[in-house]
Amino acid sequence: MGMTITEKILAAHSGHETVVPGQIVDSDVDIALGNDITAPIAISRFAEAGADKVFDTKKVVLVPDHFAPNKDIASANQAKVMRNFAKNQKIENYFEVGRMGIEHALLPERNLTLPGDVIIGADSHTCTYGALGAFSTGVGSTDLAATMITGKIWFRVPESMKFIFRGVKKNRFISGKDLILYVIGKIGVSGALYRAMEFTGPMIDDASMDDRFALANMAVEAGAKNGIMKPDWKTEEFMNSQEISPGRDFTQYESDEDALYHSVYEFDGDDIDLQVAYPHLPSNTRPVSEATDVTIDQVVIGSCTNGRFHDLKVAEEILRGNKVAPGVRMIVIPATQKIYMRAMKEGLIETFIDAGAVVSTPTCGPCLGGHMGILAAGERCVATTNRNFIGRMGDPKSEVYLAGPAVAAASAITGVITDPTQVVTA
Amino acid sequence: MKLSGKTWKFGADVDTDQIIPARYLNTIDPAALAAHVMEDADPTFAGKVGEGDIIVGGDNFGCGSSREHAPIAIKAAGVSCVVAPFFARIFYRNAFNMGLPIVECKSAADDANTGDVFEVDLAEGFVINKTQGKTYESAQVPPFMQNLLDAGGLIAYTRERISKQP
Ligand code: SF4
Repeated sequence: MGMTITEKILAAHSGHETVVPGQIVDSDVDIALGNDITAPIAISRFAEAGADKVFDTKKVVLVPDHFAPNKDIASANQAKVMRNFAKNQKIENYFEVGRMGIEHALLPERNLTLPGDVIIGADSHTCTYGALGAFSTGVGSTDLAATMITGKIWFRVPESMKFIFRGVKKNRFISGKDLILYVIGKIGVSGALYRAMEFTGPMIDDASMDDRFALANMAVEAGAKNGIMKPDWKTEEFMNSQEISPGRDFTQYESDEDALYHSVYEFDGDDIDLQVAYPHLPSNTRPVSEATDVTIDQVVIGSCTNGRFHDLKVAEEILRGNKVAPGVRMIVIPATQKIYMRAMKEGLIETFIDAGAVVSTPTCGPCLGGHMGILAAGERCVATTNRNFIGRMGDPKSEVYLAGPAVAAASAITGVITDPTQVVTA
Repeated sequence: MKLSGKTWKFGADVDTDQIIPARYLNTIDPAALAAHVMEDADPTFAGKVGEGDIIVGGDNFGCGSSREHAPIAIKAAGVSCVVAPFFARIFYRNAFNMGLPIVECKSAADDANTGDVFEVDLAEGFVINKTQGKTYESAQVPPFMQNLLDAGGLIAYTRERISKQP
């Protein structure tokens, strides 16, 4: 019997020829990630366990991105705990403010996350690296602590669900974000609980790496353990285009024809419109054409889902020559310094500022209601982020509508949730 | 281990942003986190929850972020156990790792009203609603996770692992 890509990676990392869903494996870990919110707890647990050094100074990655640049004194103290730990442990991949970015955009840029890897992170969106053909999943701080010590973690091998996207996208504004919102709308926020979501089909082959990252990023929003797709020439091209080459060997896996799946879903591009997820769940989706009369106070373009270069580029094209509507605050946050620099060189930043938007240094900031764009009671925001839970971006009485960058940019111009094809030609 | 306490009932999909909103994540002090536990689901909860009380959640309790601050806040608020039909993946893992008992039992969670008194037997795997006079069987804890609990959580387990290293 064949294996899925997820099963193959877990087998290879746990010294088994084959593994089956439900089996508990003790897996080697290639990268263990923490941030300024989750690492401080992991660092206390690390000490509690009596450990004195990390298993590998190259494989532990620490990024201050959530409340950084430090939003207040308490955050500054937490960031300092992580910085000191990184220094004492001689962690090679600690990225200081000025060199950092939102972790899930930054790590692939540095070629730290590779096809065939097992990656864990004390951050739920660690599933993003599935876009590269890696098994990657979010865990808590205690798991991170144990992995930093031993280089290993236990997993229950998940069952896999296959999502096949046939056909082509309806218009050029349809993005990876729309595909994943569409799926979550179909299966619900626990529709893939404990399972692997495997994405495949012509629309995935056609999708850019930035779209693939957005897709894998939100697998956790359906409750999944990981999202994954097979690596191809685009994956290689992406890796080769980075300044730093991979420091380790890697293996490209794909699922066998006769692998067993929990379920198989087939979708057709003709049925997938631009999506908007209404408050307060990412599964509350509807086509943008049905999102009428929603007036907004703020637009956020950024996050580990949609803060990459092509996301900004789409938004810029729509904004060019237009103005942000009076009464709307638009905040653009390039996900990494490198993306920021490219956006500047290619004139995107100028368009944003001309239109009346602010452009921020990389940070998670408003995505988790941290800083840099918190909502007041009763305010509404269209965001390219990944969660619209109660109070996620500020006051518990505020509302977040999730969408891709095209809908977000078009809505900034009109002040109501808008189909971008109404503003520019598709 | 047997636990007994008064229940507080919540709906489905209570996410970790409701359990402990991100605006309070600039500390890892358990008591400071407990002061805001469940705040965006019920702003008055931290003021009324008592030592030993039991949270009864709906489907997918603890979905969303990986923040361990969520089970820490619940535990530090004195809550002895969480009962729900099923839990989100990372929350489930975190709770075991840090020793917060959680129990999957759909009918007990569905039937409960706030204020009912529960008795939870973790070892035998059942939940009794003393107020309603009903007994329910709860889901078995996988053997591997039982070992982890017996070892005293993941940190104790890891400490053993380190001490065995040459
Ligand atoms: S951008 Fe948002 S979802 Fe992504 S890591 Fe930061 S806080 Fe989490």
